[in-house]
Amino acid sequence: MGKLYDTLMKDYRLREGLNACINCGTCTAVCPAAEFYRYDPRRIVDIVQSGDDEKIEELLKGDTIWYCGECMSCLTRCPRKNAPGLVIMALRSLSIDLGYFIESEKGRQQYLLSRDICGNVLNYGYCVYPRKFDYKSHPEAGKVWEWEEQHLEEVYERLGANLEGSGPGALRKIPDEDLAQLKKIFDLTGATKRMETVREAGRRKAEELGLTEEEFSAMLYEQSSPRHLNRK
Amino acid sequence: MIYEGKQKIWSDYQKEIPDDHYYYVRSCIRQTFFPASEAALLNITRNILGRDVFENEHHTTCGGIAYHSDTIPQETIMTIVARQFALMKKHGYENYVCSCITSFGIYIEILETWRNFPELEAKIADNLKKTCNLEFAKPKFVVHTSDLIYKLREEIAAKAKYKLVNVKTGQPLRVVEHIGCHYAKMFPSKGVGGAEYPYVLAGMIESWGGEIVDYPERRHCCGFGFRQYFIKANRGYSLSNTHKKFESMEPYEPDFIITNCPGCAYFMDRWQYVIAESQGKTYGENGHGIPVLTYEEVAGLVLGFNPWDLGLQTHQVYVEPLLDKLGIPYEPAKKFLGAKGQDIGCPALPSCLKV
Repeated sequence: MGKLYDTLMKDYRLREGLNACINCGTCTAVCPAAEFYRYDPRRIVDIVQSGDDEKIEELLKGDTIWYCGECMSCLTRCPRKNAPGLVIMALRSLSIDLGYFIESEKGRQQYLLSRDICGNVLNYGYCVYPRKFDYKSHPEAGKVWEWEEQHLEEVYERLGANLEGSGPGALRKIPDEDLAQLKKIFDLTGATKRMETVREAGRRKAEELGLTEEEFSAMLYEQSSPRHLNRK
Repeated sequence: MIYEGKQKIWSDYQKEIPDDHYYYVRSCIRQTFFPASEAALLNITRNILGRDVFENEHHTTCGGIAYHSDTIPQETIMTIVARQFALMKKHGYENYVCSCITSFGIYIEILETWRNFPELEAKIADNLKKTCNLEFAKPKFVVHTSDLIYKLREEIAAKAKYKLVNVKTGQPLRVVEHIGCHYAKMFPSKGVGGAEYPYVLAGMIESWGGEIVDYPERRHCCGFGFRQYFIKANRGYSLSNTHKKFESMEPYEPDFIITNCPGCAYFMDRWQYVIAESQGKTYGENGHGIPVLTYEEVAGLVLGFNPWDLGLQTHQVYVEPLLDKLGIPYEPAKKFLGAKGQDIGCPALPSCLKV
């Protein structure tokens, strides 16, 4: 077995999510991603199980590990109680830690996800926050969200929320001492380091492509090659 | 199969849901898109049914969406979760109830991993001490807020002002129930009815007079997919999965959809709008969509709440045809008013989806 395999096996999710796969393909049959993308979780689990470092490295640098939606439907149906979704999560973590994620179109989207979602957690205490969820970037949120965005304070007041207020309630301001504790947790447990790894790799990639940060971000947000899709 | 055998199998899919005394934590997505549902949950459990559901301002996101978008390590989310549990203990509670399905899955999964790897649990307890100076604790019971409403469904039925019955035909309304994937797909024994026969929403619908509709893609994911939605370039994944569900349920002509996951409620509402506007296809009657409601909204309607107090004006699929079927009165002129009755305009109309 190779070094990458050994590193992967230290991940608790792999230790819980992989117990001798029989390669039946049930996971692929039920997978929402496999229908949409050129994606086969059965094959990914088989590669990891083989312990072949060369093939694992290919996975870590490629697009396929980023196709999963982490719905975990695979776990319900696996006759051996494997969790391909957990195997994917371990692969993604290793891909990020080694900086390999930046090599693929789908992997480098982590640059935006890390900046935006971790930014929301650290700045507001929420993963999703209405002031950072704009209609322009989310036209699918509908005309009703366009209206809500234009009248955020009035609408949330009408709906019984406590937007940016003190005390309990929906969308309250999370007290500063609690946000400070989240930051300490990020620092101690590797989240801050992961954010820095992703930010630095993204910065270098943008430079390599001759793009400003803004141009790079727009490209990541909008661009998708048709080769990902599972269609003729 | 003999009846006793069936009962024995079914008993394996039940979960213990405490009757009272909960530490309550909110959902990032439900607060953003359905804040009135959380307000209704607290109103129903506390004021109408007299239960103790305690909240304080110090809890935060569980970090679930960050974790499932692979932006934070497992150790990070475990320590955030340990902090939430510690706050529960600090306030004297041992029953933990959460509003979010992603969070529910996270809590159950983490408790299971700690059980399997005690050395990891010890490390997280140490992290918690170092970062927050809080005492590590684990809840006796973790339930989702839909479990709690399921538990209280007959008390709600006893106080109901309306039944889930079409007032024009006298027939039960036909309802699609959609369970968020992370409710029971990972740990079936932790959800009412497990992953195969989830009963948490079906039980509510039956108690309140409606009829559940079965359809082939009933257990298919709504398509959120975390990174598959947040990045515009991936969003076709999310849309395609919702589309698959609606194509599958269309022949069964449901009157409405009930969900226990706030993400699913949002996606199944909004993607109907996108499908209508981009393809001209609608799934409800006469060019309307199929209304998608949270279980708090359904409970609130049954109890006679004003639909606009429940936030039904913030659904892109308009709910008026459903309210008409239920015989629930509403004031169209007040739909989009502010809290003090002030005019704050109203949303522009979709070009295809009928309102």
